[in-house]
Amino acid sequence: MSVPDLFMLGALVLGGAAALLVVTARNVVHAALYLVVALVAVAAAFLWMGAEFLAWAQVLVYVGAVVVLILFGLMLTRAPIGPMAQHNENRKFAVAVSVGLFALLMTLIVTTVGDATLDVTPVRVADLGEVLYVQWAFPFMVLGFLLTVALIGALVLARREEGEGPLPDEGPDDARDERERAPASSDVTSAPGSGDAGQQIGAP
Amino acid sequence: MQAVFPLTFAALLFSAGVYGVLSRRNAVLVLMSVELMLAAVTVNLVAFHGLVTTDVGDPLLSGQAFALFVMAVGAAEVGVGLAIVLLLYRNRATVNVDDADLMKY
Repeated sequence: MSVPDLFMLGALVLGGAAALLVVTARNVVHAALYLVVALVAVAAAFLWMGAEFLAWAQVLVYVGAVVVLILFGLMLTRAPIGPMAQHNENRKFAVAVSVGLFALLMTLIVTTVGDATLDVTPVRVADLGEVLYVQWAFPFMVLGFLLTVALIGALVLARREEGEGPLPDEGPDDARDERERAPASSDVTSAPGSGDAGQQIGAP
Repeated sequence: MQAVFPLTFAALLFSAGVYGVLSRRNAVLVLMSVELMLAAVTVNLVAFHGLVTTDVGDPLLSGQAFALFVMAVGAAEVGVGLAIVLLLYRNRATVNVDDADLMKY
């Protein structure tokens, strides 16, 4: 086993453990932070395989932007921070499906790839850019259009519209009404704007 | 480098993502599992780029170009997905995917 193999094995162990923790952690914020470790391990695997530009793009886009977006999503939906049951009743079924899938994939990988070796000579960023902007130019422009549409679509979806359903964070109106009514009924001489004095006089 | 290691890494990430999608209740955690599956796909694309390079060559760098496209589409997906989750939370006051069953029956 050569040195690149050992590095890749390290990324495998670290990233695999982090991925398993992402899907089993009982605390949602911990799950998001384990996702950072898993995605950094993916970036490391890109580096060991010679895809330098992809590795740094992975760090910038996923670790930098997507995880922050997910943390914002957790906060905006007021996900219950703290340990609690996050799994539904499908858990045994899900374990069976994912373990079966992993066994199937590993059988296919070992039988078809066997001991084939990868070419890990690094791809220069200049070469990738040249190919991307010449041969892949049209798909690249379509990708930019897709990103624009997704950005505008996300804005339109998440914008609060007039007359939309009740906000879940607004408390019942009774408490606020009672607060407004209390000074008025306490003392008839309390003028508007002197609510504190009126309350002190009227208090038994 | 042996081709088995990156492919095993991708299979592990993908299986973990499948487990998370099937068993998580919080929609944001389901999105995180989808991200794991997309990362597995990009690892596979880069690994097969290296595998093809040893055999016949890959002058268009199609493996890495496709991995880049998958990353961009994944970023767009998480943006739209989080917008949908926020909309679900605003209208139904929950992010539990089991409660979003208006069209179930």
